[in-house]
Amino acid sequence: MIDLSKRFDDRFAVRDLTLGVPCGSILAMLGPSGSGKTTTLRLLAGFETPDAGRVMVDDLEVTHLPPVQRHFGMVFQHYALFPHLNVGENVAFGLAGRGTPDERRRRVAEVLALVDLAGFEERKVGELSGGQQQRVAVARALAPEPTVLLLDEPLSNLDPSLRERTRRELRSVLVKTGVTTVFVTHEQEEAFALADRIAVLHEGRLEQIGTAQQLYDEPATLFVAMFVGRASTLPGVATAMGRVRLDAGTEWAVSSPEPLQTGGRVQVVVRPEALKFSPDGGLPGTVREYRYTGARAFFQVEVSGALVEVEAPIGAAEIGQSVRLSAAAARAFPDQP
Amino acid sequence: MTRRPTGLALTLLLVWLVAYPLAFVVLDSVRGATGWTLDHVITFVRTPEEWKALWGSLWISIASVLAAGAIGVPLGFVFERLDFPGRRLLGALVALPAVLPPLVGVIAFLFLYGESGFVARIARVLFRLEDSPWRLSGAGAILLVHAYSMYVYFYLFTRAGLARVDSSMLEAAQSLGSTPWATLRRVTLPLLKPQIIAASLLTFMTSLGSFSAPYMFGGGFRVMTTQIVSTKLNGDEGVAMVETVALAIVALIGLALFRWTHGERSVAAAGKGAPPARRLRQPLARGIAALLGWTLAIIVLLPHVTLILVSFVPIRTWTTQLFPPIYTVSNYGTLISEPERLRPLLNSMWMAAVSTVAAVFAALWAGRMIVRRRAALGAVIDTLLNVPWAVPGTVLAIALATTFSVNQPWFGRLVLVGTLVILPLAYFIRSLPMTGGAIVAGYRQLDPGLDDAAASLGAGRWATLWRVTIPLLRPAILASAALAFATGVGDFVTSILLYSYNAKPISIAVLEMVRQNDIGVAAAYGVILMIISAGAMAVGTGR
Repeated sequence: MIDLSKRFDDRFAVRDLTLGVPCGSILAMLGPSGSGKTTTLRLLAGFETPDAGRVMVDDLEVTHLPPVQRHFGMVFQHYALFPHLNVGENVAFGLAGRGTPDERRRRVAEVLALVDLAGFEERKVGELSGGQQQRVAVARALAPEPTVLLLDEPLSNLDPSLRERTRRELRSVLVKTGVTTVFVTHEQEEAFALADRIAVLHEGRLEQIGTAQQLYDEPATLFVAMFVGRASTLPGVATAMGRVRLDAGTEWAVSSPEPLQTGGRVQVVVRPEALKFSPDGGLPGTVREYRYTGARAFFQVEVSGALVEVEAPIGAAEIGQSVRLSAAAARAFPDQP
Repeated sequence: MTRRPTGLALTLLLVWLVAYPLAFVVLDSVRGATGWTLDHVITFVRTPEEWKALWGSLWISIASVLAAGAIGVPLGFVFERLDFPGRRLLGALVALPAVLPPLVGVIAFLFLYGESGFVARIARVLFRLEDSPWRLSGAGAILLVHAYSMYVYFYLFTRAGLARVDSSMLEAAQSLGSTPWATLRRVTLPLLKPQIIAASLLTFMTSLGSFSAPYMFGGGFRVMTTQIVSTKLNGDEGVAMVETVALAIVALIGLALFRWTHGERSVAAAGKGAPPARRLRQPLARGIAALLGWTLAIIVLLPHVTLILVSFVPIRTWTTQLFPPIYTVSNYGTLISEPERLRPLLNSMWMAAVSTVAAVFAALWAGRMIVRRRAALGAVIDTLLNVPWAVPGTVLAIALATTFSVNQPWFGRLVLVGTLVILPLAYFIRSLPMTGGAIVAGYRQLDPGLDDAAASLGAGRWATLWRVTIPLLRPAILASAALAFATGVGDFVTSILLYSYNAKPISIAVLEMVRQNDIGVAAAYGVILMIISAGAMAVGTGR
């Protein structure tokens, strides 16, 4: 169990952030660039010192321990493999002074096998493909059996075609070793596929922490709703418990993270797949654009000046056509004063 | 598609000027008045002095590498990794020995640490001595000058290397449990290996070819370069040739050994770049670092300051006093008003200018042939351009003196020694590796599409060169031309063997002034040389 609470005062790269990671689980820190996720990771690793707050591992405080003594493994964005050492020497780097040379060799072979690179000891780092380098970096971080594994944008340096496979392999390695993992990413897909739980960060603050489904279906803030998955917003006024009158005219049933104040202005967030064209009344609009993605199509519908995205079967509407929209689910957030 | 050219014309020119003279040295070492003979070689092998000189060259060079490395590498770390008041200014000052031409550095040392220099005078006053407590002479003196002038290679290379070491490499080592010392030993130094080897090679080759310091300070201690010149002046042509060949062989073996150690090319560390210099938090540490930096900078600057000071001292006014009693600008006045003294300055300027322009154009020609038109003889051209770097200046001068002192036009031999042509020619050949290296490398980075684009817009070959290639290569051209010009103006090692009275270069004039004990004028020459070199370097690196 890690329990962090930290403030990074200077520029407020990270503000009053508290995160818990259950032992053996995988946490993703998701956020746009500049959200403070990398800073948080570096605070965890000990490369930066917090201006306030603590880093705890189990019941042990490690806040002021240098990185050397934390026993955290770290995988860097550009892998930071040592170019003057071969694969085996890279992996053995963190094993210096542990056990006999024979034991070290065995451990290197073991972790290389784990990442599916058995027999790669003698290879030069420069000869490896991007995906293999990434796996060597993971093996090197895992070799000394760290208490926590930290990964900085682990897949961002790979070709898109390689990412999905590497992501699956990485997930299986992490699950197999059962190491507590924290990783940073700006890609929602990556966070969803790799992590047990996801912490969404924005401007140095924690917006929400939860499973992928919780984030998607029950976003706690407008930022999470808009950042995770596709969504459109419509302004309106809360009229009664769970109901909003949209400025465009229609009244919708909505959910919300906390009870809405009647009469207060709100932003209603609705996902493309929750909207459908309904012949029998609803929000009026005009189809402006049409995007075809294979199985489904996305329509950009203009609703009193704003564009709303609707996912619908191919041919459900034509450009220029007047349509009416109804929502299966929508979520409302009070306007920031 | 145009036919792939061979580059024959350029190859022939380079063979004639670079390879052919060196071949003559080899030939003449086994040739006598009556035909082939091994007499010279046998004389060489049987003379213990020759072996001593050869060994002297070798160990002085190795010791210079060690001494320069021991100063330059830690200094590079201090200025790249620690932050303290004055770091930027001092960091630049510490590189200053690079702008002292070898002979000027040597005379500055003479005025500073020599038996009648400032330090000796201070020692005499302090300890009430009758005589100077030391003589600046022998191997130690040579080593001192070498360490002073060559640590800059290590310093600059270490800084450049450290600036390129990715900070995440160091963090990775830390997160894997490596202590700072272990990280230095296991990660940083191995990553710096290419830079350190390059600096070692540069220092080794420079020391091996070094002539000014052994010539002025050697005393009884002989190295190969001074040995060659004295044998040659004694008229022992054949033995001089054998000595030249021996020195060239040592140089080539050294080069080959370094190349061999270099082995695989190191992977350039890519990534976010260097960690920022570490701010020292404790005032005490900051103070110590600053004090260390300032002390070093002052030591480094002392020779320059000495030179400037002495240049203001009129002849025969400074005898037993601690500091010169009279300062005037009369030495500079003499330099400008007396044509006899002004001429060497002008000679060196025009000769260096002509040779630099020629070397830039040869390099542009070579770059076009090797890179753009992929000439069949490209590799040969590339090698020939670099040969003058691998052979010491003395060897090159002897080779030119041998080849171009006979009139046999059918064999490509003309009488050039004693004419105005020989020194610019020697400077030109010595400049080829500098301009060639920079400009050919610059060519390699140019997008070949640019030439085609220019051609499609109606630009001819010369218009393309003038309007596209030269502007794009400007940084490489400026930097290498500045280096070539400064080297030519300050040249001593080839000048002393090749100059003639109708074109006496500045270094020879400096030597004459020192011999006549007219040290004020010698220093004034030195200051002018120093300013020219510094100016050329500023132009070359400034943009």
